[in-house]
Amino acid sequence: MLKSQKIKIMIVAAALVAIAVIVPNTNSFVILLVTRALAFSILVMSLDILLGYTGLASLGQAAYLGVGAYATAILATKYNFGLGWDFWLVIVFGILFSAALAAVFGLLAIRATGVYFLMITLALGQCVWGLAYRWNSLTGGDNGINLRGRPKFGIDLANDVTFFYVVFGFFAVSLLLMYVLVRSPFGRSLSGIRERELRMQILGYNTWLHKYIAFIIAGGFGGLSGVLWAHTAGIVSPENVVLTTSVDALLMAVLGGAGTLVGGVIGTFIVIALREYLSTLVPWWQYVLGAVYVLTILYLPSGLMGIPERIRQRRNALGKPDDPKKLATAPS
Amino acid sequence: MNANFWIIQAFNGVSYGALLFLVGSGLSLIFGVMRIVNLSHGSYFLLGGYVALTVIWTTGSWVLAIPVAALTIALVGLLMERLFLRSEGLEYLRNAIIALGLAVLIGLAIERWRPIIVDGWAQFIVVVGIITVGLYFLLRRISVVAIEADPLRQVLLTVGFAFLFQQAALDIWTGNNFDINPPEALTQSVVVSGIFFPLYRVFMITTALTIGVILWLVMEKTRMGAAVRATVDDAQMARGVGVDTSRISMFIFALGAFLAALGGVIGGAFLGIYPGLDFEILPLAFAVVIIGGMGSLGGAAIGALLVGLADNFGKALFPEVSYFTLYAPMALILAIKPTGLFGRE
Repeated sequence: MLKSQKIKIMIVAAALVAIAVIVPNTNSFVILLVTRALAFSILVMSLDILLGYTGLASLGQAAYLGVGAYATAILATKYNFGLGWDFWLVIVFGILFSAALAAVFGLLAIRATGVYFLMITLALGQCVWGLAYRWNSLTGGDNGINLRGRPKFGIDLANDVTFFYVVFGFFAVSLLLMYVLVRSPFGRSLSGIRERELRMQILGYNTWLHKYIAFIIAGGFGGLSGVLWAHTAGIVSPENVVLTTSVDALLMAVLGGAGTLVGGVIGTFIVIALREYLSTLVPWWQYVLGAVYVLTILYLPSGLMGIPERIRQRRNALGKPDDPKKLATAPS
Repeated sequence: MNANFWIIQAFNGVSYGALLFLVGSGLSLIFGVMRIVNLSHGSYFLLGGYVALTVIWTTGSWVLAIPVAALTIALVGLLMERLFLRSEGLEYLRNAIIALGLAVLIGLAIERWRPIIVDGWAQFIVVVGIITVGLYFLLRRISVVAIEADPLRQVLLTVGFAFLFQQAALDIWTGNNFDINPPEALTQSVVVSGIFFPLYRVFMITTALTIGVILWLVMEKTRMGAAVRATVDDAQMARGVGVDTSRISMFIFALGAFLAALGGVIGGAFLGIYPGLDFEILPLAFAVVIIGGMGSLGGAAIGALLVGLADNFGKALFPEVSYFTLYAPMALILAIKPTGLFGRE
């Protein structure tokens, strides 16, 4: 392992410890906000596996969050299931349902590339939204489903601090698992597919299967994120599976830096802060959100995480005037 | 469920399809020519409706509202395309606009949190002016990502604009629901063998038909249309034989925005005009484009008809899964034939 790699891991670990120590001592609004961001960032990291490591930009990732969240809400309100120790079963179900959905959707979507992949995932995401929005008897339609309370098993998750620790735990484990995944030989071949699929095919890799498996894994993590989101927000509604939620997730990944996992988390915190905190302060917050979109797209080729590298390159380029193109060709 | 039910539903479906054709045909052309998934297309629809409202409030003329709204939004689309999606040659103007926008936001923030520095318009303008100049020179030094070859970045950029438009609409026209009231003559109904057909819906169908025929004539019979078709089929080759594809894509983007805004004005009479309508109509427009085939006018017409009918009958016959029955075929078509039913390879 490289030395710089070790330093990066240390920084992330330190940041995680800092979050775990500092956040519970702040006010309840911040705790709730961070809990939300942590739950949602699992979805964004799962999307990053597709976007940043496999090169598949999915415009329907909210569907998996939705399945996890709706499964949680429906089990809890209709069957009174998942409010005790069986919460852990709901976690498993949420992951399995979403992974199963991804397995079906993946069959349809994986063959497509580029802009067509965007379109087909958009269509698939809309299918889930359509069901959530219209299937009143199951999903509560436009009003969504209100959860009556959080699970209680020895520890009471209704306490926001306790719940924060639970979500934090899931978040940290997810981050670790996904990090191991992208560092594994499997993850390496995903990156190979992102760089040049044809070459990987010629080398004998079944690229379709690699992408398909990545798609299912991402779906599974999306489901986990959904279960946690349902209990964080206390309400599940079509708003969670609407197109803009998927787009937001994409922006978060790109804003932080696709292909870094951690970048997606930073992006999530920023966008959630804009949407849920700034919106309580000023009426014109959506201009800021739009500006973040436009600036990210135009000026951040590798996201916030790529800024140090860009500055370094710029310095080098200034030192060596024979290579002026270096900045312009930074990978997107 | 008698014959009347079927006739009325079919009629409603066709007239809704007529509206969707206006929105979808523009989106389809934009996609065909530029390969851009334009997620701000719904905003053009909504903004068209809002501008029409303003025209009606100030002049009282519904007839005037249609061209004014459509042309205004066409200009918005044109600027968006030329300055942001493909800013070649006009980078300085783009930078200036971004700098100004950011400066206004920073100015607003200062006004909110440090009102001592900014109180009153004069100070605000001075502060914003200074920040604008500073930002402009800063932005000039930062290289811009080449988004032409990156569909994801293009999509996200159009979403960013959709959010900006949303907020602007909220600020200008408030968050209330409005209706666009067409002239008296169009609000009546014609009665054919005991069934009432609202004249307005007949008008919608006629408009869509007229627009469709005009578009078809332009695309098939004029030199400009031939150039557009060539660009859809193979942009690089078209450039090679001397077609000014940059002008074509500008023209098509403006045309798409024009049609969407037209749809907004006409659809505003029975959908209403309200915040959130933009992202409601957008996926439907995509369904039209995908089912019909991207970049094909005839495809868009058939797609719009199918989506309009499917939407109406779906809602009437099996409401619980009505959107699913709309989007699932869309996904299937994409999986089997990515270019849509009538799209060219």
